[in-house]
Amino acid sequence: MSIVLLSILKSLALIILLLTGFAYLTYYERKLLARFHVRRGPNRAGPFGLLQPIADAVKAIFKEEIVPGHVDKLIYIVAPALSLIPALVIFAVIPIAPDLRLGGFTLQFHVADINVGLLYLAAIASVATYGIILGGWSSNNNYALLGSLRTAAQMISYELPFGLLLAAIILTTNIGREAGTLSLIEILNQPRPWWLWLWLWLAFPMFFITMLAESNRSPFDLPETENELIAGFQVEYGGIKFALFFMAEYISMITGSAIMATLFFGGWRGPFADPGTWYGPIVGFGWFFLKVVALLFVYIWVRASVPRIRYDQLLQFCWKVLTPLSIGYLVLTALIVVFVG
Amino acid sequence: MTSADYLPILILILIAAPFAGIAILLPSVLGPKNPNRMKQEAIESGMIPFADARRRFPVQYYMVAVLFIIFDIEVIFLFPWAVSLNQLKIFGLIEMGVFLGILLIGYLYVWKKGAFEWE
Repeated sequence: MSIVLLSILKSLALIILLLTGFAYLTYYERKLLARFHVRRGPNRAGPFGLLQPIADAVKAIFKEEIVPGHVDKLIYIVAPALSLIPALVIFAVIPIAPDLRLGGFTLQFHVADINVGLLYLAAIASVATYGIILGGWSSNNNYALLGSLRTAAQMISYELPFGLLLAAIILTTNIGREAGTLSLIEILNQPRPWWLWLWLWLAFPMFFITMLAESNRSPFDLPETENELIAGFQVEYGGIKFALFFMAEYISMITGSAIMATLFFGGWRGPFADPGTWYGPIVGFGWFFLKVVALLFVYIWVRASVPRIRYDQLLQFCWKVLTPLSIGYLVLTALIVVFVG
Repeated sequence: MTSADYLPILILILIAAPFAGIAILLPSVLGPKNPNRMKQEAIESGMIPFADARRRFPVQYYMVAVLFIIFDIEVIFLFPWAVSLNQLKIFGLIEMGVFLGILLIGYLYVWKKGAFEWE
């Protein structure tokens, strides 16, 4: 029973954390983009505009609800939830701080420790596609249809290099152990030799590109190109339903950064983040937070500097460049694991 | 490892789902309600909509989906192999080499056929 209670508390904490993260990520992005454009960004609501996300949320809730006459009502209403729920749920297997031990009680800072963690990430990330596809299709609008078709093709195409690179990372967990692991918690607890870090970082740019495409971020934001499709799949959505799609996109950015921080940069690990001490979790979460914020900065930096690419280039880049590259990386990793590790 | 490990995920879903549901239903309680005909129309940048979206679309999207299914299943086969490569050693390497080789032929065939081209 206590496991259930603990899980409920952890789930609530995680959802609150992610939503706050989302709210301040929008602020962070607007501020940063403003700086890239030599503007000031939001600075009216509260000190430094810090209350802006809250004002936006209140506004979204009090908007009139419009359900256009030509849409597929049920799917149209359910679709935003379908895209938000996977975004919230995917974070469950990511450890955000080292364990806290108080007497005989151990508090772990992740919602679930399952032995197929990475597979779970890949699976839930695929489910997230449904919300966008169904939202665009049920809108019964030409722009929305094109947007959702593009999303479908883009997200499933980039899942391929994503999966291949994940497989390569799983391969590296074989080194120095009896067998590999899919659990993010175990991956973090396992020491890696220095050359393995270098080899992993070689895959980081590829992985980052697939994460950009998976979360529909610029320069891969073709599902919502405003100059050709107005807003793509979400053109018929307004108010809170639009906000939920927005939330899903931003939370998937946070999740993407968290995954990359965990796989490539040691997650909560850092100086003074010692498991088992009273200050360990605080310092560990601090490191994790810093790494995630730094990666989010790169997301926004890319958005501010790279122009959007054409749709055929997007798919060809995935199938003709990224996929062969990740297959090559996978094969080399396998050779390294068998002959060196 | 038992199915109890997945209980927290179920709980998380059960908490996340009502949250999304409430968020969707809230504006219909709190927001103003004055619908009119113009608000109900499809958005086409101010033009009068001339057709709905239940229509044909380029077959390329379908091609991508079919290719995805083939190659994504390949990736799923890679996962258990990747976990146990330390036990399989060279045998696993050759085994997966054959599997990947066959798929690679298919991949090159698809490439030559121009499935990745986009008009």
